[in-house]
Amino acid sequence: MSAPFKRCRGHWAADTSLRVATGLATALILAVLGTIVIDVLRNGWSKLSIGFLFQSPTDGMTAGGIFPAIVGTVALVLIMTIAVVPVGVATAIYLSEYSSANSKFTRAIRVAVNNLAGVPSVVFGLFGLGFFVQFVGPAVDKTLFGGEKVYAQPALIWAALTMAILTMPVVIVATEEALRAIPRDLREASLALGATKFQTIFKVVVPQAGPGILTGTILAVSRGAGEVAPIMFTGVAYFLPKLPDKLSSQFMHLGNHVYTLATQSPDVDATKPLLYATVAVLLGLTFSLNLAAVVVRAKMRARIANAR
Amino acid sequence: MAFSAIAAVILIFVFITKEALPLLWSHEVHEEVTLTQMWTAQLWPGYDEAVHIWQPVSDIPKFGIWPLLVGSLKVAFVSMAIGVPLAVLAALYVSQFARPRVREIVKPAIEMLAAVPSVVLGFFALIVMASIFQDWLQLESRLNALVAGVALSFALIPVVFTISEEAFRAVPRSYVEASTALGAARWQTVVRVILPAASPGIAAGVALGLGRAVGETMIVLMASGNAAITNLSLVDSVRTIPATIASELAEVVFGGGHYTVLFFLGALLFCITGVVNFSGDLVIQRMKRKLGVAA
Repeated sequence: MSAPFKRCRGHWAADTSLRVATGLATALILAVLGTIVIDVLRNGWSKLSIGFLFQSPTDGMTAGGIFPAIVGTVALVLIMTIAVVPVGVATAIYLSEYSSANSKFTRAIRVAVNNLAGVPSVVFGLFGLGFFVQFVGPAVDKTLFGGEKVYAQPALIWAALTMAILTMPVVIVATEEALRAIPRDLREASLALGATKFQTIFKVVVPQAGPGILTGTILAVSRGAGEVAPIMFTGVAYFLPKLPDKLSSQFMHLGNHVYTLATQSPDVDATKPLLYATVAVLLGLTFSLNLAAVVVRAKMRARIANAR
Repeated sequence: MAFSAIAAVILIFVFITKEALPLLWSHEVHEEVTLTQMWTAQLWPGYDEAVHIWQPVSDIPKFGIWPLLVGSLKVAFVSMAIGVPLAVLAALYVSQFARPRVREIVKPAIEMLAAVPSVVLGFFALIVMASIFQDWLQLESRLNALVAGVALSFALIPVVFTISEEAFRAVPRSYVEASTALGAARWQTVVRVILPAASPGIAAGVALGLGRAVGETMIVLMASGNAAITNLSLVDSVRTIPATIASELAEVVFGGGHYTVLFFLGALLFCITGVVNFSGDLVIQRMKRKLGVAA
């Protein structure tokens, strides 16, 4: 496009320096990302083994593995997913299929979703403590356990529900994007064949949006595995002798394990290899989840582009 | 179900303010701390002049919150000063200069930075960066505002990058063609046409990045040193509002003065990030509507 101007030397210099400056900034960001990944892999690799993944920590966290943290993280994201996906998908269906774009209610929902996405994670932690642990918990204990203290304390279920609220915007946004990308023709064909709006949405539209819902869920799980601040006061524990077996149990968590190993260890040099290996597992997990989300999304976009 | 997002925001606001409100009228809390004590300099026993001090766990608990505000601002300033230019320049490269095949790899790669959990960035700052910075700049304190700010910039780069890149790409082709047809060189088109046209989007990205910088917890908790010092030096330890909440809440008496103050800080944080994010979103919405018409 700018070919005729390349002959002018002043423009050539300005063009080139702009190109170089922006390219350098890009390269610097990628280099930072690369440095983190390489440093973690190089230092964490030697400790990574099947035993590390399937053993409990021993000797005051200086030996053994991270099995309880893995189990706790899986339990947390499972309960979180069960809670967040139906609510997030329902909200997205409402926004894309039922609401009129400019009604006050729709706009209020959008403002709320955006606002929720921007609330600092530590504020979610405060909320989980104030709402679930100290308000809902005692009410549950009063009605189900005759006042015995079961749920009125930090627990797996409260951490999972707090995390579900934190990840709700992720699921809503990804699902809504997928719903909006579905061609009008599909809905109209279904309606023309005599299907009701409800049938159209649940038999035609939602199955088509499957990859979008999957993307949102994967990204939510990735957040849930890595966020620490929201669960600090709502159920996570530094070290537990046994695995969580009830919704009211406390649990260990990969992200929290990294935090405690890095900051609370009496002997930093002794825990360092384990710390690096734990970070490698956590980073491997969130990276593969996010890569999976990128692939699913790309496939979905390609399919929609082909359909048109 | 669609109401749940609204309900969540309202519940968060209500339950955090509920725990913070005793600060206004509870006599028991006032024996420990009042709002005036928090915001104004106090003449504590043993001091020659009135000072702002955050020292919640001592014989006489002191809850001056200015050290925390200054700490938060310092870290946010460093992270924005580094993160915003890098992210905007990279967005410019990806949207204007990179070939499509390069873009397809570079864009998701930069966005992969958002997949790094903040606790991992905090770990990296604490274990690796802090030592490098200390050797390099001969610093007294290993953990400080500079290390925390640089690590924090990695967390806000993907936020600012994604929104700026979108804003650059949303500039209608006709603008670029008109500029080129009038004889502008590539750099002139970029600096005088594309940059101004995309500036509301960049501003929105910066606002959302600022929201992230002010609220981020784990990175600053691990890398800032957490000493509540009030000065303008970037290489001293600092204590920010989120890190204060995260590190102190586990040890407080439920319902006591310290507990109430921490929820007050949470409410403050909720309001600050709420306003920042809301204005950012407002700009994005307006831009989308305007460009929808223009394109």
